Amino acid sequence: MKKLLSGNEAFALGAYHAGVMVASAYPGTPSTEILESIAKFDEVYAEWSTNEKVAMELGMGAAYTGVRALVSMKQVGLNVASDPFMAASITGINGGLVVIVADDPGVFSTQNEQDTRHYAKLAKVPMLEPSDSQEAYDIMAVAFDMSEKFDTPVLVRSSTRISHSKSVVETDTSRPATAKPASFKHDVEKYVMLPVHVRLRRPAVEERLVKLTAYADNFPGNHVIKGEKRLGVISSGVAYQYAREAFPKASFLKLGMTYPLPQNLIREFAALVGGLMVIEELDPFLEENIRALGIKVIGKEFIPRIGELNTRIVEEAGYRAGLLPELAHRAVSPPLGLPGRPPVLCSGCPHAGIFFVLNTIGQRSKLLDARGKSDAQGKLIITGDIGCYTLATYPPLRAMDTTGCMGAGIGQALGMEKAGVEGKVVATIGDSTFLHSGITGVVDAVYNKSGITIIILDNGTTAMTGHQEHPGTGVTVKGKKTNMIELEKLVRGAGVNDVKVVNAFDIKALRTAVRSSLDNPELSVIIVRGTCSVRLKKRTGQRTVDIEKCDDCETCLRIGCPAIQKLGEQIYIDATLCVGEACTICEQLCPKKAIGPVAAGGGTK
Amino acid sequence: MKKNDLLMLGVGGQGIVLASDILSEVAMAAGYDVKKTDTLGMAQRGGSVVSHVRIADKVWSPLIKEGEVDILVAFEKLEAARWSYFLSKNGAAIVNNQTTPPLSVSLGTGRYPEDKEIEEILKRSANRFYLIDGTSYAQELGDIRTLNMLMLGSVSSLLPIDVKTWKDCISQRLSSNIIVNMAAFDKGREEMSRAGVR
Repeated sequence: MKKLLSGNEAFALGAYHAGVMVASAYPGTPSTEILESIAKFDEVYAEWSTNEKVAMELGMGAAYTGVRALVSMKQVGLNVASDPFMAASITGINGGLVVIVADDPGVFSTQNEQDTRHYAKLAKVPMLEPSDSQEAYDIMAVAFDMSEKFDTPVLVRSSTRISHSKSVVETDTSRPATAKPASFKHDVEKYVMLPVHVRLRRPAVEERLVKLTAYADNFPGNHVIKGEKRLGVISSGVAYQYAREAFPKASFLKLGMTYPLPQNLIREFAALVGGLMVIEELDPFLEENIRALGIKVIGKEFIPRIGELNTRIVEEAGYRAGLLPELAHRAVSPPLGLPGRPPVLCSGCPHAGIFFVLNTIGQRSKLLDARGKSDAQGKLIITGDIGCYTLATYPPLRAMDTTGCMGAGIGQALGMEKAGVEGKVVATIGDSTFLHSGITGVVDAVYNKSGITIIILDNGTTAMTGHQEHPGTGVTVKGKKTNMIELEKLVRGAGVNDVKVVNAFDIKALRTAVRSSLDNPELSVIIVRGTCSVRLKKRTGQRTVDIEKCDDCETCLRIGCPAIQKLGEQIYIDATLCVGEACTICEQLCPKKAIGPVAAGGGTK
Repeated sequence: MKKNDLLMLGVGGQGIVLASDILSEVAMAAGYDVKKTDTLGMAQRGGSVVSHVRIADKVWSPLIKEGEVDILVAFEKLEAARWSYFLSKNGAAIVNNQTTPPLSVSLGTGRYPEDKEIEEILKRSANRFYLIDGTSYAQELGDIRTLNMLMLGSVSSLLPIDVKTWKDCISQRLSSNIIVNMAAFDKGREEMSRAGVR
């Protein structure tokens, strides 16, 4: 059956048809839709786990009972899950355990650009890399078989361009009817990693790698495409597509398995062609490992290590390497001087109000120069975290000083405080991020008698990745009602005495809460609660600007709301964007009371 | 059919991803190989959105090369200007006559180009250029969200795929409001035929 599927949908369907029973993940662009797609199948237990570490542990536990388990995450998620992942490598599995990790070359929505393939080498486990949705689909059955045959977790590397591209896929229509029921066979030498047992398991891991290396030579996804003998290209992942287009006549060794490498196949291919070029995205992973075999190749001296590749970049590299004639590109360059359109907080965003308040209390518009720098320290240091609200770094809100990784803001705030920095440190963190890895920070703050203020931005969803449920929403990935973790109870239970819950759209209340927390020398938590505007079902009472009253003071523009626009002299509100009643922050802030609901018969524009 | 590389772009929230999804499904239903990919920023709404759709007998890269876009479909004027250099020598641009100033323009640190400048930039790259009042028509139809179907209607006029395939794919994909969306699709075709495309 032919279908147009994204890489993520293809992974999910492939895993389903391979008989997967348990799937776990934490949302993260570009991997999120893998779990969302597999959750649609009733036969599969699927969950949003609290974080990637728990997701991985869940996958291990399921695999230990002999069923097939799929764990998916973005590349930085594997950092969080690396501890159980390394453990899974040494214990091995029982039922197949496949871990899909989606890299983000070009950094569309991540805090770094790490190349996951290094983890395969570190953990001594096989790494597979599909090049399009068909391969993403096909590779899942292979990955599960491989996992069980070699008693190892299998890593599958995706990327933004694989996960988020759609292409035509020929699929099966069924899944094996006889999925094995879960059953655990006690085996402490395999599953209890006491040092004495680790020493017993170590040789098995090394032997596994030797067997996998031999297997790689016959792996069906590693194959030669014969072309002209002058040039041989070795490539994998989406880079293969660019390479095929840039070098239509060359011979290719297409690698679907990139760790361990098919050593004999590579040697044979090298002997077949005149010169060898490796074309891969990010690090010279293949290149260095091929060179270690004593084979001469070119690669990263021509292909960039940074960012996403495309056909043109590969063609230009081919030209610089003397392998392609000069390029006949159209000589039109990007138009200069156009204003950019960076991502912004949406109209009606529940994060806008609190960051407006932090901006004004911290006098940050005056403090920071155009690039967000200041030699003088302001009244307020605001540590940040991973989520839509990281966008509050940009003008006009400019209310964030750090963002490192999930949950880091609280620990960073503690570090600044304990180092003895002057003034108050405020940590800001979203609800989903808080549950992912902010809780341990709060416990640390209570234990070590911190006086920081923690602001939890509770919009009741995991917004940036596309509105996934989490333990605080009381709904599962399958849309079923479940237990709900109440944030205020959680932080009170940890021992925080000063806990306030504030309406995200009440500027006065937000200001009062922040001031009171800043005056309190003890640890305080403010939960700022408001529905994500993208999820609003009804929008009524759109606001408009009364041009008679408006004196163009631009206070409303400092919220950074995309519905409030100014083109020429007049400020106006785009009614198609305004969320109306649900927000009204601009109305509350307008010193001239020039903003109100659109009057019957339409307002001014 | 010769290859057709289409770039659909605009501002997050305009329904571009759904439109390029449907376009790709239409191409597949018509028997072609197709790849599509979206480049989205980290925002849910309001950022720049670009979808690449490649239709041919065999497609390798999901990303279109600069200078090789056959049809550029812009839901917003500034975005049309920004991406126009992707057009091929014989490329056509369909541009929705909508102005959405980015935040920097509202804050006074950026300047939104005049209509004339946008037209000049587009004419530098586009062989044919169609300006469509899509937003106004969609509003007249009572639902601004039908803009994406209207733009698809316009695109359909430039592709050798029959209308029935388009409409079948649209009805399969949309769950509600099909009548208004079909009206928007027809309106898009009508606008192109008024501009002389048959």
